[in-house]
Amino acid sequence: MNRDNNPSTIVAARRTILRAAGGATLSAGAVALLAGCQGMGSATAMRSDPPKDTAILNVALGLEHEAIAAYQLGAESKLLRGPVLQVAVLFQSHHKEHRDTLAGAITKMGGTPAQAKPMREYAAALNAASLKSAGDVLQLAAKLEKGAANAYLGVIPSFSNDDLRKVAGRLAADETMHWTVLAQAIRETLPQKAFTFGA
Amino acid sequence: MRIIAIAAALAGIFAAPALAQDAAKGKGVFESRCVGCHSLETNRVGPALGTVFGRKAGTNPGFGYSAALKAAGHTWDAEKLEKWLTNPQAFVPGAVMPFRLGSEEERKDVVAFLRSFKK
Repeated sequence: MNRDNNPSTIVAARRTILRAAGGATLSAGAVALLAGCQGMGSATAMRSDPPKDTAILNVALGLEHEAIAAYQLGAESKLLRGPVLQVAVLFQSHHKEHRDTLAGAITKMGGTPAQAKPMREYAAALNAASLKSAGDVLQLAAKLEKGAANAYLGVIPSFSNDDLRKVAGRLAADETMHWTVLAQAIRETLPQKAFTFGA
Repeated sequence: MRIIAIAAALAGIFAAPALAQDAAKGKGVFESRCVGCHSLETNRVGPALGTVFGRKAGTNPGFGYSAALKAAGHTWDAEKLEKWLTNPQAFVPGAVMPFRLGSEEERKDVVAFLRSFKK
């Protein structure tokens, strides 16, 4: 049995996923992003609309909660193994960074971050009972990542300042990267035309 | 009269073609642009949309709508959905949905797709 299929590696990876979500410590990247969000020059601040922006950020936070839950469900299904599981753990960790960054930005802007729903609600909404194979899990993940990438691109015009538009762009880039990897894993045909994402 | 009829026919030929609604294309738009937040059957970040056509705004059971959308009072039809997708906050000030579908063709197609579920 090679290292990637070592049971202790898989168990350790699952523990990583199954560790309770909600760590509030921000990564250096998240702190930098938040500094960009809040360190607005006076001209930018005058154009800002914090209540509207925090509402949009909370929608984004909802997306991240769902993504974290989706990967959690995938891991708990025990359908993912070895390197595939490790990639799922990695992508979930990215979404946790997104979550923490968004929640921190919302708080700094005077809003209240949306809370994650109970796992059973995500399981029902994402039809987790229908997941019967690793392919099913990866297809669900790919669909959600593509949807999230398009969602972040779609909300860019709605933000009131450039800092938040940039954050949305960076979030979209991460989700697109996730989708690209997953699409390759499930042999989804790559887009034949440019400008597939966003509209 | 014949000249008028010919002129009308020629005007129709050279006029900019009206954007046809294509539910099949709309399915593709829905699956790429909308499924990030919505599904047809279940509430997620956004409400389920399988029954949105003909539904009163802000009334899908179990979804936490904004106060603005709960108070909007209208019933979703093609025209209102297209306005909503163009700019939700302009159509219903105070609504939470931040996503805009910028392409008129894609808006019409996805509306056609959603309408295809209306019984």
